[in-house]
Amino acid sequence: MTPAVAAAVADAHRREWAFVLAATVRVTRDLDLAEECVQDAYAKALTTWGTRGVPASPGAWLTTVAKNRALDLLRRDATMRRSLPLLLDDRIETASDETDETGGHEVADDRLRLIFTCCHPAIAPQARVALTLRLLCGLTTAEVARAFLVSEPTMAARITRAKKKIAAARIPYRLPPAEALPARIDAVLTVVHLLFTTGHTAPAGDSLVRRDLVELSLDLARMLRTLLPDDADVAGLLALILLTDARSATRVARDGRLLPLAEQDRSSWDRTAIGEGVPLVQEALRRRPPGRFVLMAAIAAVHSEAPTWDATDWSEVVALYDLLVRIWPSPVVALNRAVAVGFAAGPVRGLAELDALAAEPQLAGYGYLAASRADFLRRLGRTAEARTAYEEALLLTENALERDFLAERLARLGD
Amino acid sequence: MAKYLVLIYEDEASWTGAGPEDFDRTYKEHTAFGENNAAALLGGDALHPTSTATSIRKDSSGDFLVTDGPFVETKEVICDYYLIEAADLDEAIAVGKQVPAPYGGVEVRPVQIFE
Repeated sequence: MTPAVAAAVADAHRREWAFVLAATVRVTRDLDLAEECVQDAYAKALTTWGTRGVPASPGAWLTTVAKNRALDLLRRDATMRRSLPLLLDDRIETASDETDETGGHEVADDRLRLIFTCCHPAIAPQARVALTLRLLCGLTTAEVARAFLVSEPTMAARITRAKKKIAAARIPYRLPPAEALPARIDAVLTVVHLLFTTGHTAPAGDSLVRRDLVELSLDLARMLRTLLPDDADVAGLLALILLTDARSATRVARDGRLLPLAEQDRSSWDRTAIGEGVPLVQEALRRRPPGRFVLMAAIAAVHSEAPTWDATDWSEVVALYDLLVRIWPSPVVALNRAVAVGFAAGPVRGLAELDALAAEPQLAGYGYLAASRADFLRRLGRTAEARTAYEEALLLTENALERDFLAERLARLGD
Repeated sequence: MAKYLVLIYEDEASWTGAGPEDFDRTYKEHTAFGENNAAALLGGDALHPTSTATSIRKDSSGDFLVTDGPFVETKEVICDYYLIEAADLDEAIAVGKQVPAPYGGVEVRPVQIFE
């Protein structure tokens, strides 16, 4: 096997896994069997592509091989398979017309069925993320376990339990009806967003960013954009990931220090990603009322377009947060809004907004609240209080780079 | 098609404190639910309070241990149930959302069929 073939298979794994698996599930109507057949197809690609060359359409080649393998196994084990609860697929059950099912829209991609099955509200949120990584991104259970810092047996149990529920409770393998679509899409986007935030600032460990998770979330967001090109929230999430990630290279200084937005070298931001993200935000904002991912992307776009920190349009940022808090009354959003108010109207106002959130139970163990208070107190010259707040923030922060940043700020207060 | 048991979990204390008009309203709601979902309904009943329940377990020596009360002591207990038929979980959830449960909610459980 040449490196070129290995690279082609790896590339097909990243690009085509979801497509091949989703098509194979249609044949097997059983997730485990489909996964097995798709793994076999990739293994076969490693040997066959080496002797016969890489096919023109790797996805189609892999799908054919996986489906044939599935049909073979199904014929062989006809009796055994009959006893398994099978996934429901409208086209098999009722042979209904494809266009009816999507409400007259274009023919749907099987990958969408797979995504909606993985992110069904009847599956526990943690398991939704795990299933998505496993089935849409083709990660092994060990890799999924590593992504979420749990042991492999724990993750294996979580995935197995979710798959069993899909089969036993008959979670359907199909597109939700039009009236349920917005809520169901939101559940899917939440999974992809969680994947991105987990990667963007790793909850623990020595590196700030988990590049692998960021890439996976970007791949999924792009896939959703292809599959649901008219959905404003999908456009918003893709823009949010692009615009936030465009700053990733400048978040850490050469000496390894964490750099806040104010100190980042804006000339090093990824202009290609920003150039892709900003028009997506503009497109999504035309749809009213804007959803939470669209608003978050719009906030990110304000930062992307400001030439310097001082030139940031903070009143625009606050206005967007006002809209965001209204549709998503989360204490974490309120905290971000309070920080923006502090930059728009001064640290006294910002501090007052933050202190109004002090009683929120959800923020009790949240290091960013203490860190934000510390920053405003420092700006106001209230050194003793700032010191206490930095110390509190340090107790609540587990990412090594974030800890160093806070410790350095604390040390600088001393002089 | 598949069968699902819709278990209605409610706070018994709330029912104890409820007046005739509450019972009347809920009865009407169940009647309406039954009419609206006649095609899906296979059965269902209201249960007597958990104070009338008897639980039976086997102890370590294999003897039956018969105790007064429900199997698990919780604030919300099974008060009624429906047995329904649905094509898939989405359909079963749609029926479950219509089940009257003023003092609690419902659990939808797929029924295992042995062939």
